[in-house]
Amino acid sequence: MTSEPTQITAAMGGNAEVVEALGRRYEAGFVTDIETDYLPPGLSEDIVRQLSALKQEPEWMTEWRLEAYRHWLTMPTPDWAKLKLTPIDYQSISYYAAPKQGPKSLADVDPKLLVTYEKLGVPLHERARLAGVAVDAVFDSVSVGTTFRKELAEAGVIFCSMSEAIREHPERVRQYLGSVVPTGDNYFAALNSAVFSDGSFVFIPKGVRCPMELSTYFRINAINTGQFERTLIVCEDDAYVSYLEGCTAPMRDENQLHAAVVELVALEGAQIKYSTVQNWYPGDENGVGGIYNFVTKRGDCRGDDSKISWTQVETGSAITWKYPSVVLRGDRSVGEFYSVALTHHHQQADTGTKMIHIGKGTKSKIVSKGISAGRSSNSYRGLVKVEKGAEGARNYTQCDSLLIGKQCGAHTFPYMEVKNPSAIIEHEATTSKISDDQMFYCRSRGIAEEDAVSMIVDGFCKQVFRELPMEFAVEAKKLLEVSLEGAVG
Amino acid sequence: MTMLKIENLHARVEGKEILKGLSLTVNAGEVHAIMGPNGAGKSTLGNVLAGREGYEVTAGSISYNGVDLLALAPEARAAAGVFLAFQYPVEIPGVNNTYFLRAALNAQRKQRGEKELDSMQFLKLVREKLKVMQISDELLHRAVNTGFSGGEKKRNEIFQMAVLEPQLAILDETDSGLDIDALKQVAQGVNTLRSPERAFLMITHYQRLLDYVVPDFVHVLADGCIVESGDKSLALKLEDHGYSGIGTSQPSGAAA
Repeated sequence: MTSEPTQITAAMGGNAEVVEALGRRYEAGFVTDIETDYLPPGLSEDIVRQLSALKQEPEWMTEWRLEAYRHWLTMPTPDWAKLKLTPIDYQSISYYAAPKQGPKSLADVDPKLLVTYEKLGVPLHERARLAGVAVDAVFDSVSVGTTFRKELAEAGVIFCSMSEAIREHPERVRQYLGSVVPTGDNYFAALNSAVFSDGSFVFIPKGVRCPMELSTYFRINAINTGQFERTLIVCEDDAYVSYLEGCTAPMRDENQLHAAVVELVALEGAQIKYSTVQNWYPGDENGVGGIYNFVTKRGDCRGDDSKISWTQVETGSAITWKYPSVVLRGDRSVGEFYSVALTHHHQQADTGTKMIHIGKGTKSKIVSKGISAGRSSNSYRGLVKVEKGAEGARNYTQCDSLLIGKQCGAHTFPYMEVKNPSAIIEHEATTSKISDDQMFYCRSRGIAEEDAVSMIVDGFCKQVFRELPMEFAVEAKKLLEVSLEGAVG
Repeated sequence: MTMLKIENLHARVEGKEILKGLSLTVNAGEVHAIMGPNGAGKSTLGNVLAGREGYEVTAGSISYNGVDLLALAPEARAAAGVFLAFQYPVEIPGVNNTYFLRAALNAQRKQRGEKELDSMQFLKLVREKLKVMQISDELLHRAVNTGFSGGEKKRNEIFQMAVLEPQLAILDETDSGLDIDALKQVAQGVNTLRSPERAFLMITHYQRLLDYVVPDFVHVLADGCIVESGDKSLALKLEDHGYSGIGTSQPSGAAA
């Protein structure tokens, strides 16, 4: 959840230089001056042990991390994505940064931090009550406070930082952590498993409908640090939760690494709705700086008749590598993926989803909208896999790309593996441009160029925005407007 | 009072000269029909007036209410009261028709320094116009022109015109592709909007529309110039004799 972006309005005389110079403004790009505890840069078994000790973790957790670390050492860096990036020096990154005074409760949180979140519009304090959204905020590596504790506890809902969950609810964490994304799943998941610093833990007990939207807000502040958060959401039988995630980072010339893992577990009849608005710093208009965003998100429809739905609006990061997936294990379980990914200037995104049909009568739906502007590259990569036993599985995929300008690219890589002959798979894909005709039509009705672009892009994304909770939909729309500044001309 | 004064207009499209010295004067309250064979430059005239990119004016001038129209951006022309009903209305998927129209109206009002309409005020206005235009409100809830039939698209253009209330309305072959019922509806819409303050420029290939919207003046455009001007009877003469043989008489240029 970022601060309300105010739009630059400027005369757009079709002058390409002026338009370029306007560029884009990144509103969340400030740095908070706060005393920070770091671990020294570098990665080794020793660092993993120190990190685990700093967080006062039990022995099993330390061992779990070490095992992941050892596995990671044996893995090659993945190179199959359509991304150009300079190799990451994992020894130059600090794997832990925390504001110096550890908070004991919300009242103890450093006022400077609260000001930061206020600037970003996170309803952390009493404003939370008005907003009606329970927030867990992760600043660099540490969770700084969770609102609405009491109200949630009354409903039997656990919503706390991952560090706290490991201390307070070790048996639950141990039961589910790594059960969806195993430590050795992929290069970045292994790295995350070794060094994850914090994140959120959500547990909704049997039959409970979580009384409010839950939200986590991530921010990278410290220099030369990576952020490795780990989120685990478990919904027991017939439980329901809607979870929102927002991200920002300051403007810096160096690339910063973000490698998160999110695991969702839905038991019988449970429903999880997970929405993301990702606005990490994308780098400047020349492609300098920006966040490398390598994220593994996976949901497991473990029980029959369960449902997991991912909705994402991705406008930030220099590089996005992300494929929120659903394993449809339970019979008649449902997986959904709604995505808007926007790239501008030199941003690169390789994103999509995986739907793995295992249970009978499972259904999945994929709606992906990619928007490319400037010199950016935007790829959809999706896998629909139907296993032998998935009798009557159905998938519908719709994949649309919108190009703005002449120097950007859009690519679609759909993969299908079908092992059951009763499955029905549909795939539709379109690529279009904002046409001169559309622009002239809007302008001839009195609508200025930039507003016309916003309107056309908004229309293009309608199907996905409809899936977002109201306040997020409004924010997502504004975010697209800001991100597209200077895209026409 | 003179609203539009086009003098010796020359315009190029993709390097090719289409308009070659066109002159025309339109006064408030008048309805002018521009007729002519394919490729004469009829649609080019409409696009130049509305300010479409790629239409390069190489000589001549267009004065609109005393202002140099060519110096204005398309959206500023719209705010000043110029409206072009498109020959091929453009689809904008996902953008609600009503939302689009309200954004357009408010953008124009804002440019004119008028107060923007809120949703309630706008809804009231739309209801009034719907009645006049005999348009089903189902059309309002769909995306702009998306999946509309040819007739629906043309009626939607006229509906937009009714809501935006322009001073100078240019209808670019609004009658083409319409069946007789749709044509009558469009004509009725135009007739309802006729007023002493408003002028119409109807670009058409056939005289059929002119049976329902009776023009004050008819001009024949051929090879980039107006070659003959007259009243309604000129259109009937064209229907009998075709465009061949037109232009041998003295071009009258301005008709007012």
